[in-house]
Amino acid sequence: MSDGKRLAVLGAGAVGSSVVDLAAEYGHEVVAFADSSSAVVDADGIDAAATLERKQSAGTVGDDDPDAALEADYDVLVEATPTTLGDAEPGFSHLEAALERDRHVVLANKGPVAERYGDVRALERESAGEVRFEATVGGAIPIISTVEDLSPSHVTAARGVLNGTANFILSRMAAEGIDYEHVLAEAQDLGVAEADPTFDVEGTDAALKCVILANVLSEGEREFTLSDADVEGITNVPGSALELAAEDGRTIRLVGEATREGIRVGPRLVPQNAALAVTGTRNIAQLETTNAGQLNLSGRGAGGPETASAVLGDVGRLD
Amino acid sequence: MTPALGSDSETEREADSAQSSRSRGDIDDAERDPQPHTIRLELADEPGQLLAALEPISENGGNLLSIFHERGNVTPRGRIPVEVDVEATPDRFEAIVDALREGGVNVVQAGAEHYAEEVVVLLVGHLVDTDLSDTLRRVEENPATSIADFSLNAPEGRNDTSSARLRIATRSGETAAALELVREIASEKELHVVEPLAGGAL
Repeated sequence: MSDGKRLAVLGAGAVGSSVVDLAAEYGHEVVAFADSSSAVVDADGIDAAATLERKQSAGTVGDDDPDAALEADYDVLVEATPTTLGDAEPGFSHLEAALERDRHVVLANKGPVAERYGDVRALERESAGEVRFEATVGGAIPIISTVEDLSPSHVTAARGVLNGTANFILSRMAAEGIDYEHVLAEAQDLGVAEADPTFDVEGTDAALKCVILANVLSEGEREFTLSDADVEGITNVPGSALELAAEDGRTIRLVGEATREGIRVGPRLVPQNAALAVTGTRNIAQLETTNAGQLNLSGRGAGGPETASAVLGDVGRLD
Repeated sequence: MTPALGSDSETEREADSAQSSRSRGDIDDAERDPQPHTIRLELADEPGQLLAALEPISENGGNLLSIFHERGNVTPRGRIPVEVDVEATPDRFEAIVDALREGGVNVVQAGAEHYAEEVVVLLVGHLVDTDLSDTLRRVEENPATSIADFSLNAPEGRNDTSSARLRIATRSGETAAALELVREIASEKELHVVEPLAGGAL
């Protein structure tokens, strides 16, 4: 592992906060931390516990303006602000600012690599800094780095169950024989689904992850964005369909597929005992390779500490 | 982008491997005992037709087991369906079917060659309101596909959203085309299709 890095963390949600909490455990130091309205900057390293406590109680991380974190003296910018579509702002500008200063960028925010992959790579080419984004696909599961190790040209397709909320709903519907609305309400009570679950149940989140994978597989030959993806969510899957699938030893999963030709996300029939038929919030990625056959990587696809472990893994891979 | 993304090539690969395992089997089978096969023909109702149809069987080393001449079951085009059971090694059986077709005999179905693969799909939506029989008939009418099994689940009654499971038998290599046909019918009737994954994607 490389030497300890000075991190600037943007975004104080579950992932950003966990990165701040766990950085020291991985030998790194957080010198700046910002949420949407405030920032704390300390060249000697911020007090992680006190800052997270303050965020909890007061809703701010410090007294500085958020931009102060971007201007701090850091080695790696960790971009963990919420994913936005289209121009992927403000995440994209944060990334641009860091690369222009020849700093590295580690993304947890999917926007820049899903919607503006070509722009991100172009900026990276002009910079001494590097961009990594393991945390954008499959939370804790090392998917991007595995594709990198295999080399993208040896991976013919990537597919998987990449949204825990949708998978929780489908597996509960199948197991309990209850309908979509009831399971959704239960998932919301458990905190598995957000108050507005659109992003998850309409397949957008899974599609963004597949778009990122398709971009990685294409190695710049072709650029994909969300608008290139063929996406169908799970809101049209009734209990009656899951019953019919079960009678036949099958079940339905929201499966995303990424190849160099395109992206497709939709509910698909899979055998109940198939690797892809993970249950609950679990995720799985399946890689088809030319020399290594099929690889299945499964684990936790979301969560603060889980996703932070992927972010910190990326930080460790930087020079 | 096409809706058949990725699955085309994979289905073909699946078909290819099915084919290669079958041809491997054929080599073994050719050296083993002959097996029974069923051939369905449709013949014009004219003297000598049946005999003409049977000649290529013996000429190509097939052993005729039975003939079922369905005189009372004339097709709309006035032809008479005939079911012939033949014992032959697979390569000889192929030669028999080829010879029949070359001789102008209408071979409707020939043993194992027909419907070599299966694909299961779910349809979801207003299945009954959108003429379920028409949906099934259109899959059945396609020469490369046949419905092997059908199951309807309509818990809310016939006029609400229901689900159906179709097990479609297809000719070798025609799975992708069968799925495309189902997609086409579904999009026309605003139904949702839950497709299987292609190839070895499990």
